[in-house]
Amino acid sequence: MQKELILTGDRIEAGHLAANRKMGPGMGAAVCFSGVVRSTEAGREIAAIDYECFEKMARHQFDLLFQTVAARWPIESVRVVHRLGRVEAGETAIWMEVIAPHRQEAFAACQFIIDEMKRVVPIWKKPLATDMT
Amino acid sequence: MQVRVYFFAHSRDLAGCAEAVESVPPETSVTELVEGLLRRFPKLAALRTSLRVAVGVDYQEGDYHLREGDEVAILPPMQGG
Repeated sequence: MQKELILTGDRIEAGHLAANRKMGPGMGAAVCFSGVVRSTEAGREIAAIDYECFEKMARHQFDLLFQTVAARWPIESVRVVHRLGRVEAGETAIWMEVIAPHRQEAFAACQFIIDEMKRVVPIWKKPLATDMT
Repeated sequence: MQVRVYFFAHSRDLAGCAEAVESVPPETSVTELVEGLLRRFPKLAALRTSLRVAVGVDYQEGDYHLREGDEVAILPPMQGG
């Protein structure tokens, strides 16, 4: 299984990422997920979220997740991009793509990765209020 | 022996520092280390039931025995994505 993980302070360009998609013969499903910063957090309006990461451990934990995915589903490739630092409301904080022969395993693997990363990958967010900008 | 402790996110706010060097007896467990940290940094008690501990880049349970030079991370609940 091909895997790519990018932890970046740069804006995520989903269209650019999708345009660079590579699908081998026999692959019939590409599932993409974008997690976007909401403009409210706990009922209060926010300007942005500041993402903090323990990067060395995050990379290791993502790698363990990818190993689990590869063992469980016939996935051809996984790409994950996570923003770090300040991400404005409305911007994409995480983008991922799973490519598989069929949609069932592509959806399942995508759901698994986002659910598990929220549980085990050491990334934290701090909402930044609109009056702190 | 000495272990270096790193505090992340909210645990750093509560501890008031990003890292600390702890002198502990040989074979100290993760649970014993955390209890010591809670005494030294009482505000950390707010995370007592939710924090997780990693040694290096792997999660470890409370019965894990620390070794000289281990790097321990104090991890509040994750919030990625």
